[in-house]
Amino acid sequence: MTELDIDVNELLDNISAQLRDKAVLDKSPKMIGIRTGGEWVAQALHQRLGLSDALGVIDISFYRDDFSKIGLNPTVKPSDIPWEVVDQHIILVDDVLYTGRTIRAALNEIFDFGRPASVTLVTLLDRQGCRELPIQADVTGMTIKCSQTLKVSGPEPLTVSILDHSEEPA
Amino acid sequence: MSSRLSTPNPQLNELGKIKHFLTLEGLKQHHLLEILDTAESFINPKTNEIKKVPILRGKTIMNLFFEPSTRTRTTFEIAEKRLSADVASLDIATSATKKGESLLDTLWNLQAMQAHMFVIRHAESGAAHFFAQHVAPHVHVLNAGDGQHAHPTQAMLDMFTIRKHKGDIFDLKVAIVGDVLHSRVVRSQIQALSILEAREIRVIGPKTLMPTHPEAMGVHYYDNIEEGLADVDVIIMVRLQSERMKSALIPSEKEFFKLFGLTKQRLALAKPDAIVMHPGPINRGVEIDSEVADGPQSVILQQVTYGIAVRMAVMSIIMSNAAQLAQHESEQASLALDVDNEEEAP
Repeated sequence: MTELDIDVNELLDNISAQLRDKAVLDKSPKMIGIRTGGEWVAQALHQRLGLSDALGVIDISFYRDDFSKIGLNPTVKPSDIPWEVVDQHIILVDDVLYTGRTIRAALNEIFDFGRPASVTLVTLLDRQGCRELPIQADVTGMTIKCSQTLKVSGPEPLTVSILDHSEEPA
Repeated sequence: MSSRLSTPNPQLNELGKIKHFLTLEGLKQHHLLEILDTAESFINPKTNEIKKVPILRGKTIMNLFFEPSTRTRTTFEIAEKRLSADVASLDIATSATKKGESLLDTLWNLQAMQAHMFVIRHAESGAAHFFAQHVAPHVHVLNAGDGQHAHPTQAMLDMFTIRKHKGDIFDLKVAIVGDVLHSRVVRSQIQALSILEAREIRVIGPKTLMPTHPEAMGVHYYDNIEEGLADVDVIIMVRLQSERMKSALIPSEKEFFKLFGLTKQRLALAKPDAIVMHPGPINRGVEIDSEVADGPQSVILQQVTYGIAVRMAVMSIIMSNAAQLAQHESEQASLALDVDNEEEAP
C-alpha cells in the first residue's frame, strides 16, 4: 500500500478557478458545507472566493438512508443555514464524492429548508467508479480511482492523503 | 449467547441500550446524557427552531391516553410528526374500554395495526410496565405518566431545560417545592437529578404532602420555604394535585400559597440568576404568583418547547437502538454460520 499526501491548496486553487469560470459566481451564490469534512473544505473555499453571506453547515445524519441498519450517528449536531434557502443559488461543498448517497441526503435536507434556484456541487475529490446514484460533481479538485481510499483531516491544517490499495493482491 | 449480556432491567435490550422508556430508575448517566445530547441536535442553537427530519418515516406510533392530558399528548404528537412517523392518538378512556374490552385485547388489536411504538398515559402506577411485558418483541413502550409512579420524559425535559440555562447539573442546588407525595413528575425528577449527580436536591412542602421518609430518596427536606430556597440555582414548583388527594391534606389553597407559594420576595432568597420551572399546568395564586410565573427568571414556557426535542430524542434513540440490535443479531447469526461451516470443513 502506498500513501500519498495531496497538496490541498492546489486543489482549492483549482476549484476556485473552475468556479470563477462558472456563471453561478455572478449570481451572489451562498455556500453550504456538509459536516464534517465538507465543512472544512467549504470554510477554505468560502474564504478564497470572498463570499459575503455566512457559510451554512448541514449535518445529514438525520437524512441518511441507512437509519434502519445502523441507527443514529451519536455525534449528530444541528444543521445551521443562517439565511433563507428559497430562490438562492447554492454551492454545496463536500470533501469526497463516493457513492453519491451523502449528496442525495444533503439535497433532501436543503429542500426541507426551501426550494433553491440552483445547486452547484463542489467536491474536493471524486472517487470515480463506485457511484450508486446518478449524482456527479459540477466542480472537483481531483479525480481518483474508487480503489483509492482517503484520509481527510482538518480543519486547520486541512490535509488529505490517498491510500492506494490497487497494487495489493486480492 | 445473548443471555450472558442480558440485564434484569426490562427497559434495556441485550446490548444494555434503552428499549422501552418506562422510568429513570435503573438507568445510567450515559443513557440520560445520550438523550440530552440527542435532543440538542434537533434544536437550531440560534433560533430554537425544531425542524422536521425524516428518520422515523414508515414507523407508526400510537398515543394511548387513558387519562386526560393536553400538553404532554400534544408535544408527543408534534415530536412524532417532526420525526416523520405516522401517528394515531387514541382517547381510550372514552372508547374501547367502555365497551368492556380488556386492556390486553385493546393492546393486541392496536399491535395488529402494525404499531412500532406505544406512548402510554394511565392513572394506574405500573401500567406502562404492564404493556411493555405484553407487547411483541419489535414493539416499544414509552411511559407518558403512570399513576404516582413515573413521568420520565417530563423529568428529562426538565433536565434539558436546566442544562440549557445552567450548564452541567452536578454543580447545582435544586429545590422542588410542593406536592411531592402525589407527584410522578417529582419522583422522576429526583431520579434524574440523582443520576446526573446534582450537588444538592431539596424538597420543600408540608409534611402531609411528603412521603414518610423523604431523606430515603437522597434529598434534604425543608418544611420552611424561606430556608429551603436559600442559595439554590433552580426552583421547580409542582402543581397541587387536588384530584389525587383523597383526604384534606392542606387546610386550603389560600393557606398553602401563604406558606409555600413562590412569590417575588421568596424568589429573591435563591441565587440572583436562579431559574423557576413548573411542569404545568400552573395554578396561579396557589403554588406560584403570576408575577413570578411570567417574570424574567421563569423558563416555564421554554420547558414546553424543549419537551418536543426531548421526546424526539427518546423516540429516535429507541428506534436507533432497535436498528443496532437487529444489525448486531444478524452479524452474530452470520458469525455463527461461519463457525458452523468451519466445523464442517475437513
